[in-house]
Parts: sequence; C-alpha cells; structure tokens
Amino acid sequence: MKRLAGWMLSSPATLAVSLFLIIPVAATISVTFTAPGGVFAPYVEFFSSGFQRTVLWRTFEVAALTTIMALFFGLLTAYVVSRCPPWMKSVLIVLAVFPLLTGVVVRSFAWLIILGRNGVLNNTLEWLGVIERPMALLYSQTSVVIAMIYIFIPLMILVLIGVLENIPDDLLQASSSLGASPTATFVQIILPLATPGLIVGAVLVFTASFTSYATPHLLGGTRQMMMGTFLHQRAMVSFDWVSASTVAAIMVVVIVTTVLVMTRLAKRLNPMAS
Amino acid sequence: MNTRIHPALILLTVLVYFFLIGPLIIIFGASVSDTSYLAFPPQGLTLHWFENIWEISAFRRTIVTSFQVALLGTFIALLIGIPAAYALNRHRIHLPGWLSTLFILPILVPEIVIGFSLLRSINVGLGIPVIYSLLIGHTLLVLPYVVRVISAALASFDFSIEEAAISLGSRPVKTFFTIVLPNVRSGVIAAFILAFITSINDVSVSLFLTGPGISTLPIQILAHVEQFFDPTVASVSVLLMALTIIVMIIVERTLGLTVVAK
Repeated sequence: MKRLAGWMLSSPATLAVSLFLIIPVAATISVTFTAPGGVFAPYVEFFSSGFQRTVLWRTFEVAALTTIMALFFGLLTAYVVSRCPPWMKSVLIVLAVFPLLTGVVVRSFAWLIILGRNGVLNNTLEWLGVIERPMALLYSQTSVVIAMIYIFIPLMILVLIGVLENIPDDLLQASSSLGASPTATFVQIILPLATPGLIVGAVLVFTASFTSYATPHLLGGTRQMMMGTFLHQRAMVSFDWVSASTVAAIMVVVIVTTVLVMTRLAKRLNPMAS
Repeated sequence: MNTRIHPALILLTVLVYFFLIGPLIIIFGASVSDTSYLAFPPQGLTLHWFENIWEISAFRRTIVTSFQVALLGTFIALLIGIPAAYALNRHRIHLPGWLSTLFILPILVPEIVIGFSLLRSINVGLGIPVIYSLLIGHTLLVLPYVVRVISAALASFDFSIEEAAISLGSRPVKTFFTIVLPNVRSGVIAAFILAFITSINDVSVSLFLTGPGISTLPIQILAHVEQFFDPTVASVSVLLMALTIIVMIIVERTLGLTVVAK
C-alpha cells in the first residue's frame, strides 16, 4: 500500500519527464543513427567538415576559457567575501544574486552597449586619447568570452562562498598559530578543502557556457558560431534536422561525460571523505 | 577571524564587483538617453523609450505571453512537483534511487536540446499547437527547481507530526493540506519564485517553441536588437531588473535571501 502511494504521488512528474524529455530527446538522438547513408553517416559528415570541427573546437575553447577565468576570479572574490564581516557579506551576496536573477539576454545585451562601435569602451578610449578611431570589438571570440565570464561568475562566486564558509575556522586558526603565512594557509589548507566545490563550480560554468545560445548569438554573431547557435542555425535557417540532431547528440554526450567524470573526480578528491 | 586579507585581493574583489554591477548601471543609463541609438552616458533624459515598449505591439504581446506561460507553467510544475517531492521524502525507502535523479534531468540535458527535441516531437510530430508546446517546455524547465527546493524544505520537516495527526483520525489528504503544506510554506514560495524567474528569463527552450504571433519576451528582445539598435531594449531590460528587485525584496521579507544563494 505504502509502496503504491509513493509511486502514485510521483507518477505525474515521472510521466511528464518521460513523455516530454526522455522520449523526445531519445528520438532526436536516434534520428542520427537511422539517417540514410549508414549508421554513423551524420557524424562522419559532421567531423569531415572543417567548418563544423571549428565550431566544436571554438565551443570547447570558449567554455574552457570562461571556466578557467571564472574559477580564478571567482575563488579569490569568494575568499574575500567569506572573510568579510556578516553585514558586508550579506550585501556582497545580494550583489552577486541580483545579476544571476536578471537573465542572460539582459546581461548579454549590456555588453552590446559596452563593446559596440559607439559603445562605452570605444568612447572612453577615444576620449582618453588611447585610440583615434573606434575598434571593432563585437563579433569576436574575445567579446563572447568576456560576456560569458560576466554571465557565469556570479554562479561561481555563490557556489564557492558556500564551500569556503563550510571550512571550519579552527583549521585556519590552527594553521596560522602554527606559523603558516596567509598564503601558505590558502594554498595548503583552503585550496585542497575547496577542491570538490571548485569542481562543482567548474562543471556548472563549463556545461552552461558550452550549451549557451543568447551570448554567442548577440556578441559573436554568425562569425563566432558555437554549438548552440549552430544547432539553431541548422534547425531553423537551413531546416536540416538530421544535422541539427547530430549537433544536439554531440552536445548531450559532451555534457553527460563532463558531469559524470567530474563528479566522480570531486568525490575522489574530497579530503573530508573517509 | 584574524587572518589578514592582502590589499591586492581586496582591490581585485572591488574590481570584480565593479565588473558585476557596472554593466547593469550602463543599461539603466542607456534606457533614459534622448538619442535614437544606444548611448552611455545618456545625452539627454527621456522616458520615451519606456512608452515605446507599450507602443510596440510585439512587446506588449510577448510580455503578456511570458507572464501567462511563467505563471501557468510554474503552477503545473508545483502541482506535479509537490507530490513528487513529498513521495521522495515520505516514501523514500519504497522508491528507487534513480527517481530523484530523473527529476533533475531537465537541468542536466542542455536546454537548447530540450527545446529542439520538443519542437520535433510534440509540436511538429504530434501537431500540438505552439503555445501548448511552449507551456510544456517551461513546465519541464522549472520542474527540477520545484522538486529540489520543496524536497529540501520537506527534509527538515518532522513527519512524526503528520503521523500523530493521522493516528488521531485525520484523513491523510486533509493532514497533508492542514499540517504538512503549511509547514513547508516558505519552501513553496521559494520554489515558486525561483521557477517563475527562470521561466521569464528563459531563452534556449523558448527559442524553438515560438511561432508566428506567439513569442516570449527574451526572444522578442533578441529579435528587436537585430533589427533596431535603439534604447527600447534597454528600457525593457530595466523593467526586467525592476521585476528582479521586487522578487528579491519578497524573498528577503519572507525567507531571507540565502535560499536563493543555495
């Protein structure tokens, strides 16, 4: 009876996820194996095109760069925030939550105003006399990466504040009372204890930037196509659904692999685990 | 704590926060500029671009659609997510472990893949009209947040109170609504707000599930930016930020903002 109750209560949600997620996504992926020309034909086609390899590689590159930069600046910022007095910490957390709740389109759009030909950055540099005429900053990989770091660093900061707060103060006091410098304490105590959290943050940022659409669309244009923008282009501009499905399948494989490998790694590297 | 923080680290943190907030202030400045193109600092002050939002019928329509889809999608997600979260906590021993992973799947699978797959399968494949496909997509998108936040709230609820009520003769369904639900009210509010904000801001799922005459606000913003480079979008962005601030105030008043940070 009780067993049945559990199943019954969870069945509407289970049904929704099965019908509207698992079956449709499985159907999308299976299309790539039943296409005319053989089982792996769409994949052979994908990887034999230099342009499509470039799109995949660029997506890896942008996602990796974003992740590394967000990790570096996010960790240092979160460290300072976690050591702040409580009132200041709350203010700084609110200031990180606000952009996160503001939405990707709005935040990507901000960088159009900043990096545009008549944008804030060009105007400022011209006014300062650094440059004579506006530079073309938009639609480059740099502009995409900058905006991506902007989009995802709040996520990293918030994850890492939580992680750093969980490190007991006693440990840090013990370390400094035994004569370790703040740097040594950071490298030898904080960093190892924060590693699982760093991996979680890295996975979140990597997967989100790998699959993002709005930011590369607005700041990269058609020149800096990434997997997300490419999938949309294949499906809605070229109406080549087999090709779009192949892009989708590759994205799923990359994301699932990243999540599985990294969470396993995070578990293994956790010094607090027995 | 007596560990000193190096001044260079503090400077870096200040710069990171400047980087976080600066662009949002620039949007605000551009939204009141008296120019027909995006300019910061604003050249002259005007509220014309805010009026313009209502004059452009596409914006009016998509704002309405976005709110309808977000409210209804969140409501359906709560309707199916709350029983699921309850079952996961109350009947955990009778349920397989993968069931809780199942409800997280919509976060794990790339949103853009979900959007495209829904277009293929239910919109084109089954002929379900765009608006319902959009609603289904959004319900699916916010379901993981609902299940997770309410599960967290239920995890700290003492189910012996529920059992006491039942053993005293209260019917299980009535007990749920009079004992359990009021106790996890803050979790439900948090789930609602998080789901609503996620839905309002979504791009990747909606991207494929919008059609002629039916679109959502973020998709309309993308389309508008491509055609016109005027400050209307900056004004819309300011309104969305105002919505975010209202949401944050509600969260702060009811639960404290740490809920969102988790």
